[in-house]
Amino acid sequence: MIPGAFIYHRPSSVREASGLLAQFGDDGRAIAGGHSLIPMMKLRLATPGHLVDLAGIADLKGVRADGNDIVIGAMTTQHELIGSDLLATKIPILRETSLQIADPQVRYVGTLGGNVANGDPGNDMPAVMLCLNATYHVTGKGGERRIPAREFYQGAYFTAIEAGDVLTAVRIPVPPAGHGSAYEKLKRKVGDYATAAAAVILAVSGGKVASCSIGLTNVAETPLWAEDAAKILTGSSLDAATVKRAVAAAEAITAPSSDARGPAAYRTKMAGVMLTRALVRAKANAR
Amino acid sequence: MAKSHVKMTVNGKAVEELVEPRTLLIHFLREQLDLTGPHIGCETSHCGACTVDLDGKSVKSCTIFAVQANGADIRTIEGMANPDGTLHALQEGFRQMHGLQCGFCTPGMITRAYRLLQENKNPSEEEIRFGIAGNLCRCTGYQNIVKAIQYATAKLNGVPFQEAAE
Repeated sequence: MIPGAFIYHRPSSVREASGLLAQFGDDGRAIAGGHSLIPMMKLRLATPGHLVDLAGIADLKGVRADGNDIVIGAMTTQHELIGSDLLATKIPILRETSLQIADPQVRYVGTLGGNVANGDPGNDMPAVMLCLNATYHVTGKGGERRIPAREFYQGAYFTAIEAGDVLTAVRIPVPPAGHGSAYEKLKRKVGDYATAAAAVILAVSGGKVASCSIGLTNVAETPLWAEDAAKILTGSSLDAATVKRAVAAAEAITAPSSDARGPAAYRTKMAGVMLTRALVRAKANAR
Repeated sequence: MAKSHVKMTVNGKAVEELVEPRTLLIHFLREQLDLTGPHIGCETSHCGACTVDLDGKSVKSCTIFAVQANGADIRTIEGMANPDGTLHALQEGFRQMHGLQCGFCTPGMITRAYRLLQENKNPSEEEIRFGIAGNLCRCTGYQNIVKAIQYATAKLNGVPFQEAAE
């Protein structure tokens, strides 16, 4: 399979990349790890005339603490997320999720920025970002703006990214020390996208849920932030009756398609099962 | 379409070529450099038969353009043997443990296992299986591939290889 012809650009700054993307408009695409885009180009589902490779921009790499936030450069790979001691200590759900994305070869190349910016409902990181209340740093024509992840996703492959925009970093407020977390993903085989998956972050105080946030993957055209379900759980001891009500609230906001991963009703139920499991595990690893 | 000039190191040799930007690394290696060890299996980033080692990472060479690899240091199965021509411990392991049947996946398996053992000198069976999850084999059922990697691990660590009881 040979992709369509294109002109290759390798800018060395975000500004230059943004300028090129603005200039080419719909005929230009940014390429990060390329492990979503290149398969699409091979199938000629994407036929950009200009490819703007972000790999030459040094500023886009790395994980750093910034006050109470952690800022991760968009070109940081899943492999690098897995290896980050800072993340393992402060936001372990990122390592856990990264290990469930695709396979080792893909994780060496696939980036956090590409994963969250592509708008593919099958990608795992977007729901985790909704759960963590992350903010995306985006540089475009008018300079930098910061877009909450919870306002970024508009539809399958439709996001707040506009022509000339480069997503440069992901900013995540560090969850409270001792928080519990889990990412439960049902998949048909290693490397597959989720049939359904659930991300949970919660804090426990005196046996009760002090705060809770829930994200759901691949059960709608966009990742979902299950706000109502989390509200139901807050203040509870995660007793069976409350969990059942929260799961029902989470299932109610899903709208999956029926596909090779199963009929819609099944995928909705599996989102509930994944949420139940993630709650149990997150509570168990909270301190 | 104008061609791009690329320079890289492949199996220790400096290479300079002109490529179309849309040329995938696997096609560049096989057709321009005549390195036909990396195989084209699925062409959809799933099977891992095209795996090469690129700047210390295992990469599916069907899912990267040759221009993206400009400046890279690449190793393929052709560069795996020891400098004196004897087999690398992994190659020896696949031979001794019957880690292949048709052999199609073997170059990718060995190249991937090479990087795995660079990062983890003594992986458990579970870590080996997780580490080669991006490489599909349709013949062996993986048992002997895992044994082959365990054989190589033992040899590289200078300890006798003992097969786990079944």
